[in-house]
Amino acid sequence: MTFLDLFSLGFMQRALIAALLTGLAAPAIGTFLVQRRLALLGDGIGHVAVTGVALGLLTGTSPTWTAVLVAVLGAVLMELIRERGHTNGDVALALLFYGGLAGGVLITGIAGEGAATLQAYLFGSLNAITAADVWFTAALTAVVLVVAVGLSPQLFAVASDQDFARVAGLRVRAWNLLIAVLAAVSITVAMRTVGLLLVSALMVVPVATSQQLARSFRVTLLGAMAVGCLASVGGLLLSAWLSFSVSVAPGPTIVLLALAMFTATWPIGVWLRRRSRLLAPFPEVAVTPHRSTDRHPHEHGDDCGHPAVPHGDHVDYVHDGHRHAPHGEHYDEH
Amino acid sequence: MSPHPSPDAAPVTLEQVSVAIGGRPILRDVDLTVGTGEMVTLLGPNGSGKSTLVRAVTGLLPHTRGVVRLFGTPIEDFGDWSRLGFVPQRSTATGGVPATVREVVASGRVGRRRLLRPTSAADRRAVESALEVVGLTDRSSYGVSQLSGGQQQRVLIARALAGEPDLLVLDEPTAGVDLPNQQALADALGRLKRRGATILLVAHEIGPMMPLVDRSVVMRDGRVAYDGPPLTQEVASHTHHDHDAGPDHGPGSHDHAPHVSSPFDWDRGTP
Repeated sequence: MTFLDLFSLGFMQRALIAALLTGLAAPAIGTFLVQRRLALLGDGIGHVAVTGVALGLLTGTSPTWTAVLVAVLGAVLMELIRERGHTNGDVALALLFYGGLAGGVLITGIAGEGAATLQAYLFGSLNAITAADVWFTAALTAVVLVVAVGLSPQLFAVASDQDFARVAGLRVRAWNLLIAVLAAVSITVAMRTVGLLLVSALMVVPVATSQQLARSFRVTLLGAMAVGCLASVGGLLLSAWLSFSVSVAPGPTIVLLALAMFTATWPIGVWLRRRSRLLAPFPEVAVTPHRSTDRHPHEHGDDCGHPAVPHGDHVDYVHDGHRHAPHGEHYDEH
Repeated sequence: MSPHPSPDAAPVTLEQVSVAIGGRPILRDVDLTVGTGEMVTLLGPNGSGKSTLVRAVTGLLPHTRGVVRLFGTPIEDFGDWSRLGFVPQRSTATGGVPATVREVVASGRVGRRRLLRPTSAADRRAVESALEVVGLTDRSSYGVSQLSGGQQQRVLIARALAGEPDLLVLDEPTAGVDLPNQQALADALGRLKRRGATILLVAHEIGPMMPLVDRSVVMRDGRVAYDGPPLTQEVASHTHHDHDAGPDHGPGSHDHAPHVSSPFDWDRGTP
């Protein structure tokens, strides 16, 4: 069997669709979490969802549904604690994380299942995806995208300044709960592809990658969704290709590919930010005394290699701690 | 308390208002009226309750006694929030994700936008005009984090203006802002005032805004200590305060509501 033959297999096709949808939904909601500086909320919900999976195994119902239910409950609880708690909100979240994970492992044991069963949910298992799972994923992704993109003006206002949004007449608590519930939903969507313990990476790493290059919120949001798709589909294909020679799980491959994309864009981001700082216009200050350069063997110009920074009606060429403005035959020190 | 307040009702009226945070009374028996087109500054040392008063007027803090009216309607029944523009204390201008000046200013339209509708021409016009008033039109595509503190403060004012409010409430817009930016801020507020906006301003430094101010209210320990012709902060501190608070946590400042830290601290009014 060759690499291309894989695409004719039903489970591989289902896995690809699920990966694509996950890659779209997780970063879309992740952008709003990062905006609110709640990047680790996704991780917390993921841990709580483990208990949901275990309850499904114990009661013999679909672990996906119980995971959605428990994750939503956990997300709402975390949101309320965060809203009410003063400074120690993060401690309260940590309590919930560990409770969720410990409860999940304990209940799985009671259900008579081993660690192997749980592992499929913790780190993802693509070949277990059924057609019903794909439809379920597609429906949840659609909801997440309609809300995250369609309601982005409201969500942006709430995520960037709660007090302002409340005075503007928005029901901030309802919007915060909506974000939390959507985060819970997208985590359960991603459970089958990357697994509960790695899902938060798909919500945060594409956003971190995208904001290296973007300056606006809108571009960051769309860029994160593009990076998410690329990482999840690319990671899936990469792991399938590698698995001809070694045993490679798709979940970690997807996350590592996303991290590799971040690592690749980070230096570009550093360079872009440095350049925009260098080229930011100098403030215009009313007449200050200045002097001319003594002798200047170098001739400044469009491509002399020195940054040309706007300064009022002219440009200053910046080099060696000097700001040289052309003035007739010589340069003025500005 | 008529169900149909007259159109010329004062934008802000407080009658014997008390506000408590975590059960501790902060504001006591405050009476204050801000009339249409007036610019009123709230002065007072740290911990005197200026910000608490602003939060009560904007509905961010519930009051325990008295009546707060906005445009004649008791605040509990008030629904016309787009008439109110709020400029919170800086520090919240940048979130975890980059955003341009225009995006932040456009988020000020949120109270007037309907759900799932694209940006309308009116939205765009209001954003352009707000950027122009604060003099940041040429910086509209810059990232907010690239701007200086004073410019970020102007972005927050433009965001409030984008909602086209009749009443503008500003909490310490001049804190940590250099003189040229204070001048730019004063110019923006002057333009608004000429258009007939009502302005309630908490300030430590009045500086270039002095000529615009119609009235000063000095707060002291949660009560109104002075309400009359404009004062500068310096005069206000000297005439009405014997132990003036300098920097934060100086001898004269105090924390109204000591925080008791516990992860499950439910003892807080409406958040």
